[in-house]
Amino acid sequence: MLDTKHMTLTQMQGGQSGTVVQIQGGRGLVNRLNALGVIPGKRITKISSMLMRGPVTIEVDRVQLAIGFGMANRVIVKPD
Amino acid sequence: MTKILLMGNPNVGKSALFSRLTGVRTIVSNYPGTTISYTRGFVKLGEETAEVIDVPGAYTLEPASEAEKIALKLLNTGDIVINVVNAINLERNLYLTLQLLERDTPLVVALNLWDDTMHRGIDIDVDKLRELLGVPVIPTVAVTGQGIKELVENIPQATSPHLPVSTRDQRWATIGSITDQVQRVTPRRHTWLEYLEDASVQPLTGGIIALAVLVSAFLVVRFLGESLIGYVLDPLFTHLWAPVVLKLSQLMGGGGFLHNIVVGKLAGGEVNFVESFGLLTSGLYVPFAMVLPYVVSFYLVLGLLEDTGYLPRLAVLMDTIMHRLGLHGYSIIPTLLGLGCNVPAILATRILESKRERFIAATLISIAVPCAALQAMIFGLVGQQGGQYVAMVYGTLFVVWIILGFILHHTVKGFSPELLIEIPPYRLPPWRTVLQKLWMRGYGFLAEAIPIILGAVVVINILYFFGVFDAIANFTAPVVTGLLGLPKEAVSALAIGFLRKDVALGMLAPLALSAGQLVVGSVVLAMFFPCIATFVVLLRELGVVNMLKAAGIMVAAALVTGGILNLIL
Repeated sequence: MLDTKHMTLTQMQGGQSGTVVQIQGGRGLVNRLNALGVIPGKRITKISSMLMRGPVTIEVDRVQLAIGFGMANRVIVKPD
Repeated sequence: MTKILLMGNPNVGKSALFSRLTGVRTIVSNYPGTTISYTRGFVKLGEETAEVIDVPGAYTLEPASEAEKIALKLLNTGDIVINVVNAINLERNLYLTLQLLERDTPLVVALNLWDDTMHRGIDIDVDKLRELLGVPVIPTVAVTGQGIKELVENIPQATSPHLPVSTRDQRWATIGSITDQVQRVTPRRHTWLEYLEDASVQPLTGGIIALAVLVSAFLVVRFLGESLIGYVLDPLFTHLWAPVVLKLSQLMGGGGFLHNIVVGKLAGGEVNFVESFGLLTSGLYVPFAMVLPYVVSFYLVLGLLEDTGYLPRLAVLMDTIMHRLGLHGYSIIPTLLGLGCNVPAILATRILESKRERFIAATLISIAVPCAALQAMIFGLVGQQGGQYVAMVYGTLFVVWIILGFILHHTVKGFSPELLIEIPPYRLPPWRTVLQKLWMRGYGFLAEAIPIILGAVVVINILYFFGVFDAIANFTAPVVTGLLGLPKEAVSALAIGFLRKDVALGMLAPLALSAGQLVVGSVVLAMFFPCIATFVVLLRELGVVNMLKAAGIMVAAALVTGGILNLIL
């Protein structure tokens, strides 16, 4: 299911858009990200990331979210 | 009585709607997690009066934070739910709506922030949404009051369609099909506020913006506070109030026990509002002319920061640093609130997810974050010796905050979760909510501080009169004089610090301390022990065991820091 074009949120460039493919994590992580609207199939745009493994900012359905580095690393995206 | 609950995702305007419905003033801000406890009020439904409860925001009915747990608990007690939905973001908001529709409690949906849909190119077919959900759906704009009347009229029509209990994936699929049918989004160009939003969370531009915001916030607070004192309140006291007090002093015979309580000690026949320590002198001057101006200027600036939506962005920028202290970026919000008053700050730690984070955050706030009242006194008293000494006090507290956070991070068991927050759009602060908040917080300060300050003045005079302070002073002299290098009488200030830290710092004024001693005294007083109000909140939020742990850390940290400062200065 994972192909080479897929990448994590942390690997994406600022301004790049894509579609969420999968959240690699336990129920807790999946539930919390889902609650904020990050679910497989959603279109997202990365806005920025902070230096030194800082949080990643993305936009989903016209709302901005900040996601800690470790969590962002587990969100797999298929970039456009 | 019918109990109506206002429920919805964080930062969709529940509190603003609550104020509109009930006329009860609440703190409204532009960041998720403003409401961490619940507020109640009443609304007229025709002949009947119903109770309305402003419930903390929740994304789902599976709680992830203390505030969400409170929301779930309240849900089980309500008769009707007004589900407040952010019209800009139906996709996510409807998840909670669907969960609520699976329950038995009748529901009405308020499509709030309706005005934003127009300029964001979002077109929602309200009738269709009503039909699909099977409950009344009313577009509202809580900040201006649009749609509120219609909402109230529709409360009796609230129903529960008793949707079958679904799985998570089924709910998301349902939402997808609903939004496909009712919502059309037209793409449009970025506005200047949106460019600013993006720049605020980039490492370079974000850092510059943060620095500019914090420095100008500090300068404005200082300028406003100083101006209010220098041009308004101090002249009022010196020119209008002092002659009245002097007259009274003569009437009371110029001395004696009662005179000392009411007027205080006069130095050379003159009133010294800081040092006299009578009810009508220091008892009024400290709260009104030294502290209130800074409370007002601080909360005005904080209110503006809260309402623009800047604070969550600061949390993103601070996240990496805060992780070194065992916290994540969002704890910067309780910390900033602590610069006003530690009590709401410790309550605000409820927005943090884990017990460990709450313990670390609450302990750090009560040790190293001086409240506005104490800061005002530091500016007033230490500032007379020179700005560098004020900087020393702040610098020391900041270093303590960092070092202690680092130690706690490596000693407290467990791990701290990562940052995961919604960042609200920038909004121009509505003056109504800014001024209303300022009024509530300023009034709240006076209502809580004045009785305790006046009580403290009486207690201090009585204790002096009976020589209690002298007895304690001799007993604690080895620590106070030996370790901290303060005159032994300074212990009375540390003891009174338990009542009010502003009054306590004022008690150091007549002791003729050197600048270095004032720095030591201010730092120790800030760190040593929480004031009684903070103590009670800590006890309630942390529990007895953790409160005792926190208190132990405070005393130890204060003595170590004070001792080191004494050696250096």
